[in-house]
Amino acid sequence: MENIKSHKRKLVVIGNGMAGARTVEEIVARGGREQFEISVFGEEPYGNYNRILLSSVLNGSQDSSEIFLNPLSWYEQNGIDLHAGARVDVIARPHKAIHCDDGNWYPYDKLIIATGSRPAVPPIAALRRQSGEFRPGIFVFRTLDDCRRIAEFAAKCRRAAVIGGGLLGLEAARGLLTHGVEVHVIHLPGHLMEQQLDQQAAAILKHTIEGMGIRVHLQKLTKAVLGDNEVTGLAFEDGTTLDCDMIVIATGITPNAEIGSRWGLTTERGIVVDDQMRTSDPDIYAVGECAQHRGRVYGLVAPLWEQARVLADHLTGSDAGVAYQGSKLATKLKVMGVELASMGVVAGDGEQDDVVQFMEPRRGIYKKLIIRDGRLAGGILMGDISKAAYLIQAFDRGIKLPDERLSLLFDTGAPNPKVTFDEMPAEVQICNCNGVKKGEITACVAAGRRSVKSVMETTRAGTGCGSCKSLVAELVEWACKGQVDDDPSINYYVPAIPMTKPELVEAIRMRGLKSVSAVLNALADGRDDPGSKPGLASLLRTIWSADYEDERDARFVNDRVHANIQKDGTFSVVPRIYGGVTSPAELRRIADVAEKYNVQMVKITGGQRIDLLGVRKQDLPDVWRDLGMPSGHAYTKAFRTCKTCVGTEFCRYGLGDSTQLGIRIEKRFQGVESPHKMKLAVSGCPRNCAEATVKDLGAVAVENGWQVYVGGAAGSTVRAGDLLATVKTHDDVLTLMGRFMQYYRENARYAERSYGFVERVGIARLRALLVDDCEKTAARLDQEIAAAVAAYRDPWTEGRELYEPTQFAEPAPVRGEAAGVAA
Amino acid sequence: MLTASLSVEKSAVWVLAGSVDQIALGQGRCFVAGKRKIALFRLRNGEIYALDAVCPHREGPLAEGVIGNGTVVCPLHGYRFSLRDGHGVDNHSAVNSYPVATRAGMIYVRLPGTA
Ligand code: SRM
Ligand SMILES: Cc1cc2nc3c(=O)[nH]c(=O)nc-3n(C[C@H](O)[C@H](O)[C@H](O)COP(=O)(O)OP(=O)(O)OC[C@H]3O[C@@H](n4cnc5c(N)ncnc54)[C@H](O)[C@@H]3O)c2cc1C
Ligand code: SF4
Ligand code: FES
Repeated sequence: MENIKSHKRKLVVIGNGMAGARTVEEIVARGGREQFEISVFGEEPYGNYNRILLSSVLNGSQDSSEIFLNPLSWYEQNGIDLHAGARVDVIARPHKAIHCDDGNWYPYDKLIIATGSRPAVPPIAALRRQSGEFRPGIFVFRTLDDCRRIAEFAAKCRRAAVIGGGLLGLEAARGLLTHGVEVHVIHLPGHLMEQQLDQQAAAILKHTIEGMGIRVHLQKLTKAVLGDNEVTGLAFEDGTTLDCDMIVIATGITPNAEIGSRWGLTTERGIVVDDQMRTSDPDIYAVGECAQHRGRVYGLVAPLWEQARVLADHLTGSDAGVAYQGSKLATKLKVMGVELASMGVVAGDGEQDDVVQFMEPRRGIYKKLIIRDGRLAGGILMGDISKAAYLIQAFDRGIKLPDERLSLLFDTGAPNPKVTFDEMPAEVQICNCNGVKKGEITACVAAGRRSVKSVMETTRAGTGCGSCKSLVAELVEWACKGQVDDDPSINYYVPAIPMTKPELVEAIRMRGLKSVSAVLNALADGRDDPGSKPGLASLLRTIWSADYEDERDARFVNDRVHANIQKDGTFSVVPRIYGGVTSPAELRRIADVAEKYNVQMVKITGGQRIDLLGVRKQDLPDVWRDLGMPSGHAYTKAFRTCKTCVGTEFCRYGLGDSTQLGIRIEKRFQGVESPHKMKLAVSGCPRNCAEATVKDLGAVAVENGWQVYVGGAAGSTVRAGDLLATVKTHDDVLTLMGRFMQYYRENARYAERSYGFVERVGIARLRALLVDDCEKTAARLDQEIAAAVAAYRDPWTEGRELYEPTQFAEPAPVRGEAAGVAA
Repeated sequence: MLTASLSVEKSAVWVLAGSVDQIALGQGRCFVAGKRKIALFRLRNGEIYALDAVCPHREGPLAEGVIGNGTVVCPLHGYRFSLRDGHGVDNHSAVNSYPVATRAGMIYVRLPGTA
């Protein structure tokens, strides 16, 4: 072993950030461990994390443990010698060795510098203590530790000032908002984000973020920090001041290039490299924010990925002629929840450029394209970036734009995505987080991977921020010519049992398995996989109805206590309000309950009913009793609601009595369990005020009848429902809806909403089965759903007859005086 | 590190949590000992485990989680923890676990003392 090792060359990497770690990964992927013994030195005491996601960590939407790209175990598994928490201070080029603050020297044959950059701190008086550290309450925003310190300090603050109104400053401001402090952004230029936005776009953005409660102060030059020990405010050049008790500085970055200049490498703003990322010393390379290529230093990740690939190709010799050509800067960003895409120049250059522009300030939308010689020279999309993918490609590749300019900014009739994929060059980057190109995805498919999941795992496309997932899926489908394999495991009904739903139903019926533990014992070798239990419980109930042996430990907590758990461990209570129609008496009872049980919030829901939020588990039975209303099933996979509009009863356009029909539907199907929730609506005319065409099932009154729609959605997916049939009477609607529900109950996967199910089965097939009754199954389906309806029992009656004594038990005290009893 | 855990050992006490059937079969239940919240889990095979009741992710109530495969799944965002030693499964965090004994249908938990 030792012998073989000593033949390998030593590759040392300084800097374990996004560029350094990525370069190592690319080298490993090219079999580089055969040639090199790899050591990585990183000043931060961690593995490599996704710096981009620090904004999410600060605003609390992601936990710091969730953002690691390469945890410590990754280095171990790949045989890479990681020195975390180790700062390199010397490059002894004549001896080809580096010195680290652990006191040791380490030799190298090839060295990569990937030290990134650090926050640039402007000259402001009284920032630091005599020792040189920042005074307490003053922060920069670059590392995981910064994030933690900011969050900790914000907890005891009233008002924070962020100096710098660029991308980072605004992200910091948003993060601070979530910590409950008043936030002020101080910016020197005349408009926000001047690198990515023009004045008009910036004005719209300013308005939007001020609407979120952030105060913006433009053209303010900060002169000094006020306060003796603690920070009390800021003083500006114009003589004004601002009170604040903490400060975050985000005024740009400075490349960590000193390690280059100090040890004799040609260094300007960054360490100067050639097209192979080589510095002026042929054995030393630089990548990432510390490197300067053709006069440019980059501050976003996409270019770093390209650099890492080039360097890996070059070092491993897997592509001898490889050369980095520089990157065009086009980025999609999300600033304070506002979607933004920016590319190239932000302003037109007088006569020679065409500028196409659209503005809708009230809705926060701004679109601008700068077209030079028929090609895109730059652009800004804000608020609506639906056209960004195409435009970024066009910009990147210098594609000639069509003469018709309107469709560049808006979807005027859907363009065929196939045309785009056919035309799309292989080098176009699909995943901007991981820098995966179209060609890599198509190559991966050609190499035999035919499921979206396996392509994502292999290429890592779509595994960063996730915003390109649907594009990756479309591309895989296109590349497979539609022959996408579903991963077999995707087809398992539950993860623990390798069977599809029909196979599983068959096995359960044959063996007469009536409880979840019986199924797991018989079919999963007794592995009681917690992720499989709720799905099995739901299926068994559909198969066995009343004969099902209910085991409550197989249910998710919501389905044990018939309420929805909240982030603080309390529950929400949504009583049923049939068709959204209530009465003064009912409203009074709801009000009384809300007061009596100190309900934290009473909210009108999007489903036309009332939510009582923040109820303690032990109070649930009393709350239900006092309400005297049945459960609205807002916590479970079952029939939820039927929204209605006022219809013929009051509306001058009404063609059908939507309110009565909605109430009948809800009374009939309330609580019917299904693979996922079912939300319904009935509209009294095609104006469709109840939004029936975007519901799992919907009915719309037309002259002389009702249209029945299925598979609509307006949640995480938006899909217009498909017209199943047009029928005459209320009874017909009830029958057809019931038939569809039963078919869905029997055939959908667990947690598959109707929008996915209808799309998968196809509306033509559904019509043939459920309307034309081509397989003579309609009568059976009608009977089954009638049985399910008959078996309905309001779960809230368990408030009076507890299913098990501890069902709503509050935390029990333990007795300390027993000390010693069992010891 | 070593000294800390040794001193904990010394002052640890066994406390009485109550009878076994205070916990529904296959489920968890939250108990309070002073400022400490403990989740006790009663498996279908009769074993009983004790962990801290508060999820280190965002303070989810672990006692309300579904259990299985020797783990509990936090009901809020699905982090999993080993019932035996509290280690995170697929996550970097962990909760404390406590020794449990049963005698005559009663559950005892050994907690570090406050002294
Ligand atoms: C209360 C309510 C928001 C409100 O204040 O208005 C709500 C609240 C929740 N929704 Fe919703 N949704 C509410 C209407 C909607 C609607 C609109 C509607 O029903 O008309 C939608 C879009 C339609 C749809 O269902 O697709 C909606 C799409 C979702 C989704 C995305 C489903 C999807 O596949 O697209 C989820 C997540 C899920 O189901 O996995 C969700 C999940 C949730 C959960 C249950 C999240 C959770 O697991 O804790 C929220 C529970 C909060 C609570 O405890 O009260 N909620 N949710 C609405 C209750 C309606 C009701 O009376 O029952
Ligand atoms: C909050 C935030 C949000 C961002 N959002 C985006 C975004 O949305 N999109 C985007 O494209 N970009 C974004 N960026 C920029 C992106 O994170 C950087 O471009 C990228 O991290 C640069 O990678 P790097 O490896 O060059 O530097 P870094 O990731 O900073 O890594 C350099 C590493 O080297 C270490 N190091 C430095 N000197 C030494 C030494 N002497 N010895 C040992 N180790 C050393 C450092 O500690 C550091 O860990 C964001 C940055 C931040 C801070
Ligand atoms: S949109 Fe629905 S799931 Fe999301 S936070 Fe609001 S209520 Fe919760
Ligand atoms: S609180 Fe437990 S997983 Fe989030």
